[in-house]
Amino acid sequence: MRAKFVLTEAATGLWRNVTMTVALILTTAISLALLGAGGLLYTQVNKTKDLLYAQVEITIFLETAVTAEQKDALQQKLESDSEIKSVTYESKQEAYERFKELFADSPDLVENTKPESLPESFRVKLKDPSEANAIDAKYKTEAGVDQVSTQQELVGRLFDAIDAVKNLALVVSLVSGAAAILLIGNTIQVAAYSRRREVSIMKLVGASNWYVRLPFILEAAVAGLIGAILASVGLAIAKVIVIDDALEALGQNSVVPSIGWSEIAVTAPILALVAVVTAGITGWTTLRFYVKV
Amino acid sequence: MWLNSATVITLDRVTKTYPKSRRPALDDVNVNVEKGEFVFFIGPSGSGKSTFIRLLLKEDTATSGQVLVAGKDVATIRPWKVPQLRRSVGCVFQDFRLLPNKTAAENVAFALEVIGKTRSVIRRVVPEVLSLVGLEGKENRYPHELSGGEQQRVAVARAFVNRPLVLLADEPTGNLDPDTSIEIMRLLDRINRTGTTVVMATHDSNIVNQMRRRVVELDRGRIIRDQARGVYG
Repeated sequence: MRAKFVLTEAATGLWRNVTMTVALILTTAISLALLGAGGLLYTQVNKTKDLLYAQVEITIFLETAVTAEQKDALQQKLESDSEIKSVTYESKQEAYERFKELFADSPDLVENTKPESLPESFRVKLKDPSEANAIDAKYKTEAGVDQVSTQQELVGRLFDAIDAVKNLALVVSLVSGAAAILLIGNTIQVAAYSRRREVSIMKLVGASNWYVRLPFILEAAVAGLIGAILASVGLAIAKVIVIDDALEALGQNSVVPSIGWSEIAVTAPILALVAVVTAGITGWTTLRFYVKV
Repeated sequence: MWLNSATVITLDRVTKTYPKSRRPALDDVNVNVEKGEFVFFIGPSGSGKSTFIRLLLKEDTATSGQVLVAGKDVATIRPWKVPQLRRSVGCVFQDFRLLPNKTAAENVAFALEVIGKTRSVIRRVVPEVLSLVGLEGKENRYPHELSGGEQQRVAVARAFVNRPLVLLADEPTGNLDPDTSIEIMRLLDRINRTGTTVVMATHDSNIVNQMRRRVVELDRGRIIRDQARGVYG
C-alpha cells in the first residue's frame, strides 16, 4: 500500500467537490453535536438523580393536636425502621427558623407568620430513596400524622423535562444523521463518477479492491472526522456560553450539577469514532454498488 | 480435453448471450492460444471480438463453456483474485485510455502505484519501458502534447510494464494513420519477440496482410477461419 498515493487521492476528491464536502461536514457536525448533547443530557440526568436522591428528605408533618406520647411512639417506630437511615425531629421554633431563612426575601410574610402556626415534623432520610412512596403509605395513617411530603412529584417533573430535551435532541440527531448518511453516499457517487477514468484504468491494470476503494472511503471518513471535530467544538462552546451561565444563574448550591470538561473530553472521541465508522460503512456499501470489479 | 502447459488462453465451447439479445455474441467458440503466439482476431463490428476480450478479463462471464487463462478457469476465480488475473493480462485500446492530467511517465507509474509497487521500483522501471517503446525524451509530456501514435506507445508501455503473460490489443491502430499503425505493429512485434503472447482484435486488413501471423476470423459469434500465417481474406 502506498499511503501517500491513497491520501493524495482522498484529498483531491474532497477538494474537487468542495460545496458537497462542506454540506456533508456541516450536516455531520449538526447530527453529531445533537447526538453528543443527547448523550451528555443522559449522563446529566443520572448524575442529577444521584445527587437529588442523596438530598431527598421525607417530611412527616404532625397534626397540631399531636400528643407527646404519639410523638414518642412515632419516633421510636421510625428509628427502628430498617428502611430509614436517619430521623431528625423539627420543632415549631426550628421550623420557623428555616421558614425565615427560606423566605428572607419576603419580610412581610415572615412578620405575619408566627412560630405556632408552623407544624412540627420528623425529617427522615432513606437508605433507598426510591422507596419514598412505600414510606409515605406506611406512615401517613399513623396517629398524629397530618401528611407526608416526599418531594417525588417535584423531582419527577424535573426529570421529565430533562428527559424530553434529551429525547428531542436524539430524534433530531437521528434525522440529521440519516441526512448525513445520504450525503455521504451521494458525495461518494459523485466522486466515483468524476474519477471513473482513473477507476477503470486501476481495475484494468489489476489494482486491488482496497486500492480502488480506499481513497473514496477515506474521503468520507475524513469529512466525518472534521464534522466530529466541529461538533465537539460546538459542544464546548455550548457548555461555556449556555450551560455554565444557566447554572450560575441557578446558584452555587443548585441540585443540577454542571457538565464538566471531562465529560466533553469523553464525548469528543466517541463522536469521532461514530462519525468515522458510519462514514466508512456508508462509503463501502455505496461503492459496492457503484464501483464494481 | 488435453491441455498443453504452454497454452495461455483456452476457450472451450464458449457461448455468451447478453440479456435482451436474441443472437449470442459468441456462439460455441473453441480456440487455443499458445505461449509466445501472435494472433489476430478479425471480423466486422459485432462479430464478437470485444466480447472475447471482456471474457478474458472477467469483465463478463460466459453463459456456457469454459474460459481458461494460464490454465485457470476464469469463472472460478474469486472476486478478490480478479486483480491478479488482470495483472497477468496487459490491455491496449483504440482510445488509448490515458489520464489527461498525468504525463507519459506518470501514466505508466500510475499503473505501478495502484498495484502497490515501491517508489524505487517505479523509478527504475518507468524510464526503461518508456525507452523500450521509443519515447525517450518525451517522458514529461502530457497526452495532449503527444501524437496519436505516441499516446498509443504510452498505453503499450503501461500494459507491458508489469511483463504480462498476454498483451490484449483491442483495435490498437483504429485511431491511427497507416504509417503510425505500422510503427505500433513493429512495437507489438518486438514485444512478442520477448516471449509475450499478443492477441490483437482488428479489422485493419493492411496490417494483417503485412504481418502474416495466425488469423482467427469471427463472424456473428462463430469462428469461420483459423489459419496460421493468414491474410485478412
